[in-house]
Amino acid sequence: MPDFLTAASGPVDAETLDLARLQFALTAGGHFLFVTLTLGLATIVACVQTYATISGKPAHARMVRFWGQLYIINYAVGIVTGIVMEFQFGLSWKGLTHDAGNVLGATLAVETITAFFVESTFLGLWIFGWHRFGPRVHLALIWVVTLTAYLSAYWILVSNGFLNHPVGHRTVGGQVVLDDVGALLTNPTALLAFGHIVAGSLLTAGFFMAGVSAYHLFRRTPEYEFFGRSLRIGVFVSLPALMVTAAFGGVQLSSLTDLQPMKMAVFRQKTDEIAQLQAEMTSRFGPGDYVPSMAWTRGGALVMLLVFALMMYLCLAGTVLACIRPAVFRFRLWHVVLMASVPLPYLAMISGWVFREAGRQPWVVYGFLRTRDAVSDLSPAAMRVSLITFTTLFVLLAVGNALLLWRHARLGPVESGLGHDERGDAAPPGPGPGPGSDPGSDPVGPLPVPRY
Amino acid sequence: METLAIALLGFFVTGYLVLGGADIGTGMLLPYLGRDESERRLVLTSFAPFFLGNEVWLVAAAGLFVGCFPELEGELLSGQFAVVVPLIVGWIVRDMGLWLRGRSATAAVRDGGAGRRGARTRGTLRRAACDGAVVCGSWTVALGWAWLLAALFNGSVTEPASGPAAVLTSAAVTTLFLAHGLGFAALRLTGAPFERARRGVGRTGTRQSLALTSVLMGAVVVLAGRGLPLYESAADGATLALLVPVVLVTTPLLVAVQVWLWRTFRRRVTHPSYI
Repeated sequence: MPDFLTAASGPVDAETLDLARLQFALTAGGHFLFVTLTLGLATIVACVQTYATISGKPAHARMVRFWGQLYIINYAVGIVTGIVMEFQFGLSWKGLTHDAGNVLGATLAVETITAFFVESTFLGLWIFGWHRFGPRVHLALIWVVTLTAYLSAYWILVSNGFLNHPVGHRTVGGQVVLDDVGALLTNPTALLAFGHIVAGSLLTAGFFMAGVSAYHLFRRTPEYEFFGRSLRIGVFVSLPALMVTAAFGGVQLSSLTDLQPMKMAVFRQKTDEIAQLQAEMTSRFGPGDYVPSMAWTRGGALVMLLVFALMMYLCLAGTVLACIRPAVFRFRLWHVVLMASVPLPYLAMISGWVFREAGRQPWVVYGFLRTRDAVSDLSPAAMRVSLITFTTLFVLLAVGNALLLWRHARLGPVESGLGHDERGDAAPPGPGPGPGSDPGSDPVGPLPVPRY
Repeated sequence: METLAIALLGFFVTGYLVLGGADIGTGMLLPYLGRDESERRLVLTSFAPFFLGNEVWLVAAAGLFVGCFPELEGELLSGQFAVVVPLIVGWIVRDMGLWLRGRSATAAVRDGGAGRRGARTRGTLRRAACDGAVVCGSWTVALGWAWLLAALFNGSVTEPASGPAAVLTSAAVTTLFLAHGLGFAALRLTGAPFERARRGVGRTGTRQSLALTSVLMGAVVVLAGRGLPLYESAADGATLALLVPVVLVTTPLLVAVQVWLWRTFRRRVTHPSYI
């Protein structure tokens, strides 16, 4: 047997640990934000495509192509950030695969095979097979993509849920062994987070859609019919999504009292409780600091809650306004607010994530494996090079993604791009004339010429 | 169970090297096959519908690796840190070049239509940058694989390969990627890029050439796998008992979907598409 299989991992350079943690936080956080929009937007695109297929309305077919284009741009960047995530466990967190690999590896493996593989293959068929399949087959493709995206999120949260609240395992010789698959798959920490994040993704997509639409209505571009409709979809999706997100979040928060009392105590800033839990954990796990960073844990939670409150007012007011047709097309102050609020769900998502993951420290697998015992024994120099490389790449990706989304969002629905008939330009142009070409269909009378 | 897990891992890695190797090789040959803007776009179109479906074979293989052989995965990736990090970076750069290229074209159509010279030049520059990213990324990925495989051939898990033997092996594997990509291009392309690819393949039939390089890719996997302590580092029995059946049931479906994908886009490319 090769010696590394039996070798215990020794203490690792503190700098390597910090750098590895920073790299993981930046890459995981970055990936998380891309996926958020992808998951929500895929759902909306699939629903709109369902409506377009059933009703046969060309206006909705155009919406599928426009929003689908933005979805794909974001998806493409999300994939490559996910690739870094997948390899990072082995690259810098060898202890995690060594001690918890029997459970964590399995869930990640099932995710790649049953979810991601199918999702990507079907996405290729959906993008490139636009005019090669009948409308129903093409619709089925996007639904497979969407549902496997959900499946993927579920498996990732089973993995993450295990880190936060390890269940369904035994410990044999310092390694976890899978014991009860049912318990692992129904881990409350995974299921509640799944509900919270899926609804949060819809919220992100709703705000995104409303914000982009508001830009076009604010600029008074000719596509007001198109974007008026999109804006309403975005706003009407946001309110229920926000409510569901909050409901799951509330249940999660109250479950912390039992599952991760320390996180809860730090969140509520109960100094005596923290001291008591610290003493308990010291007697159980040996000497050490078991208190997570107050600034990150409590700060993350507070930012999330504040942004939630803000979004609730926006959603409630928005739902009323969206029912009034002239407001949708003319209320320019509201348009500005909608544009400005696109980052809010992102902010709430990332701060909620910081609360969840920072509050679990010093553990990587709660109560079982400490973060500092899980890091690979790399030199700080190697880790630094890797951190700089991946951070630079991720920043470039994020900026590139934002610029591309912005460019295509600003461009509005165009004939080229996604769903363009590539069988030569002899084919008849896109489905039906644009709504802007018919002045008689103006919903609120002639609009003034754009001034910007 | 361990044997089944090893076979599945081998299957997915081979799937990646045969399918993904083809688009990587074609990407490496982009400057040779496509001499102008539209030719290069045609070359990229030859694998555009497939590359996403191809790289998921590697994602799946990596998932299986960490699922069935978690310890070895950690050892190998952290041991080969210096090889794996550039490989992933190359992969990202290449993918971004592919995805973004078509997106900048959309804008260029509009900008060009508006008759703005500066915008048109910018579009050309952006496409050139994307092409560069695809070529550099493809070479980095291929060289990364060659270097990684050179270490694995020697059974060296925790140390990247070095010395003249490693250089020779790497060169051989890189050539294999090139030959594989050339065969694929000759089977998919039309027009001038096709002529160049066919000239590259030489007198051998295109199909035979592609079949030969595919078999060699498979042989590479067997050679690399032989040196790895797979049996010793397999995950716990309970994990394998969950994972292996799930993967066994799913794999035929995955293969069926992939076959469907390849059948749908089996025609030679004559027009550029979304990419």
